[in-house]
Amino acid sequence: MATAALAIEAPQARSGIRSWITTTDHKRIGILYGVTAFFFFLVGGLEALLIRAQLGSPHNTLVSAETYNQLFTMHGTTMVFLAIMPLSAAFFNYIIPLQIGARDVAFPRLNAFSYWVFLLGGLFMNASFLFGAAPDGGWFGYANLTSLQYSPGLNIDFWVLGLQILGVASIAAGINFLITIVNLRAPGMTMMRLPVFTWMALITQFIIVTAFPVITVALVLLMFDRTFGTTFYSVAAGGDVLLWQHLFWLFGHPEVYILILPTMGMVSEVIPTFSRKPLFGYAVVVYSGLLIALLGWGVWAHHMFAVGMGSVADSVFSATTMLIAIPTGVKIFNWIATMWGGRIRLETPMLFAIGFIAMFIIGGLSGVMHSSAPADLQQTDTYFVVAHIHYVLYGGAIQGIFAGIYYWWPKITGWKLNDGIGKLHFWLSLLGMNLAFFPMHAIGLLGMPRRIYTYDTALGLDTMNLVSTIGAFIVGASALVFLFNTWWSRRKEPAGADPWGGATLEWTIPSPPPPYNFTAIPEVVSRLPRWSRTEMKAIPDVPPEPIHLPPGSYWPLVAAAGIVVLATGALLKALILAIGGGAIVVVAIFAWAFEPFEA
Amino acid sequence: MSDAVAHHPTSTGLDSRKLAFWTFIGSECLLFGSLISTYLVYKGRSVTGPTPAEILNIPLTSVSTFDLLMSSLAMVLALAAVARGDRLWARVWLATTAALGAIFLGFQAYEFTHFVQEGLKLQTNLFGSTFFTLTGFHGGHVLVGVLWLLTLLFRSFQGKLGPDKALLVELAGLYWHFVDVVWIVIFTVVYLIQ
Repeated sequence: MATAALAIEAPQARSGIRSWITTTDHKRIGILYGVTAFFFFLVGGLEALLIRAQLGSPHNTLVSAETYNQLFTMHGTTMVFLAIMPLSAAFFNYIIPLQIGARDVAFPRLNAFSYWVFLLGGLFMNASFLFGAAPDGGWFGYANLTSLQYSPGLNIDFWVLGLQILGVASIAAGINFLITIVNLRAPGMTMMRLPVFTWMALITQFIIVTAFPVITVALVLLMFDRTFGTTFYSVAAGGDVLLWQHLFWLFGHPEVYILILPTMGMVSEVIPTFSRKPLFGYAVVVYSGLLIALLGWGVWAHHMFAVGMGSVADSVFSATTMLIAIPTGVKIFNWIATMWGGRIRLETPMLFAIGFIAMFIIGGLSGVMHSSAPADLQQTDTYFVVAHIHYVLYGGAIQGIFAGIYYWWPKITGWKLNDGIGKLHFWLSLLGMNLAFFPMHAIGLLGMPRRIYTYDTALGLDTMNLVSTIGAFIVGASALVFLFNTWWSRRKEPAGADPWGGATLEWTIPSPPPPYNFTAIPEVVSRLPRWSRTEMKAIPDVPPEPIHLPPGSYWPLVAAAGIVVLATGALLKALILAIGGGAIVVVAIFAWAFEPFEA
Repeated sequence: MSDAVAHHPTSTGLDSRKLAFWTFIGSECLLFGSLISTYLVYKGRSVTGPTPAEILNIPLTSVSTFDLLMSSLAMVLALAAVARGDRLWARVWLATTAALGAIFLGFQAYEFTHFVQEGLKLQTNLFGSTFFTLTGFHGGHVLVGVLWLLTLLFRSFQGKLGPDKALLVELAGLYWHFVDVVWIVIFTVVYLIQ
């Protein structure tokens, strides 16, 4: 304990609202992430339903063109940055330390900081609705649509600043989890004994840490264009609007893998557990993940075939894109081979995992179609692409996350979710998403462009659009069924330490785990500690020696608040406010560095 | 705080803070990489002057580059002094590093105001936009480094920077050397290869 004159009392509360505000416990932060991200998931879902309601019939006037632009922009931005990424982060937080046999993450206060920045950044972005100025330039924000000339309102400013704030949270969390996985493994937990979820999480953090600086620069240049009158994206001054596209997709395509790799990790935990078989080809699955991350850096321009890069660039990016299908396909075969001959139990987590595989194959196949530049020229900017991304991100990422939620819910709460209601949730979700997204393939190939607020009967797409809208509302209903399940299942079926017969370390400790996770740090002797013949030394029921727990801290929240005040100053062009926000950040960093805190 | 490390041996044997810092530097490489790429992509595409050849003062910037390089040497000596528990020289070298950093910032402030007087502003042309953004980001990093070094110096005067805290100086040193290396790239790309 530091006894410096600068010492500031560290808060020690373990219950009540203050304990949540100051918490540095990875499990609590995981729950905060999960609840917040699910809230934003519902917000993004509501936006999707409004979009589909508008498109349910031709020449509909439910929303105006302006509102429609705001809805599809915020739907994409919310789902990517405020729902799927932080839902994965919730599991990184809660599960990684349990799977590697650690008591917390490497930097508990930095972890809290990431959460608060994410929360406040998300609220900042959505506060734009209160001003009637939600971002409206698409989630990709192409230049020069976003220039001051074509978007004079605050809409784009909210987006530019909001994404920069969220980038801070992502990079901080990325570094934190990366070091946690590399450096906090229990004795005997070698890299090739790491559970696949943790492995995929590690690869994801590597992508986050390297991809986010690129979009930060793209956003800073755009911010300078809008605020200081620079000409980075102004053709008249010699600039190039394609610079934005290159920087954005250089981030944007790795981002796709940031969204999907964690859920690939989740289903890689669920499928072996419910097939009673170790994962087929563990090492190949791990290396495929690494290969996807590496190749993911070399495919970005397949988003830009339509801009006319020339046949050489088109061919190269076509080839790399086709290549990336190989490690992805390898994983799919590994999951199927894991189930082959296994004693399969079709409980809810397994259903979602199988649903993930099936839907991800469809999304993957349309993805391979896009890799061919001539085909892509027909598909780009049509609903075909919308169908593709939703099969990958809803059928893939969201269903994978639900597999994870049903799988780890008992560990987190101590109670199982009702299996019957869970199955209803799954079937509704699967039916709804196929009704909503499958017709979009045809809608797109028949020529309906994306991001247009209405269409004419003469296109002949009225029925298919209506079917798609009905499907979207069924997906919405399935989310309500899930929420009902969480309420219905409270305190009904106690989970015990290991409700599924899982193989990994998190199932060796009580549900929910005590604040210190492990009474004694386990010594790992095999890849699947609970399934292996060489038995692990039992973990004692009571701690053999007193366990030090890190205290709480206010400063992560204060620093996060400072960042948002700074952004608000930039948004309103109020220099005093920006300086004030900067000052809060500086004070918080110093207080953080000097407060007595022992991790 | 440092004995907490002794209580929890890490998987790699390296301190987590040090690993985290290397990771952060990796992330920063992509940040500066993107900025430098932007500068290179837009090189020679300004539709109005002044051009780099008209305005850049290589002899002057060579002096400030030399100054920054020497600060890295002082940083190495500061770490060595802290590690061997030499309080006097630790303070001397920490102060020297911070001062050399501050002098570099002084050069940059002079250069920026001089350019503005010569008619090159952030908004003037693509060269101005890319130049001020790139070197401004770098200068911001130097400023953070100077504040960090001054904080360490302050802790040293408080008697709280013994050899057990050498890691804290090492982290500051990693950052400082990285910022220095970035400048070498910027100096080469922006000033020397026109």
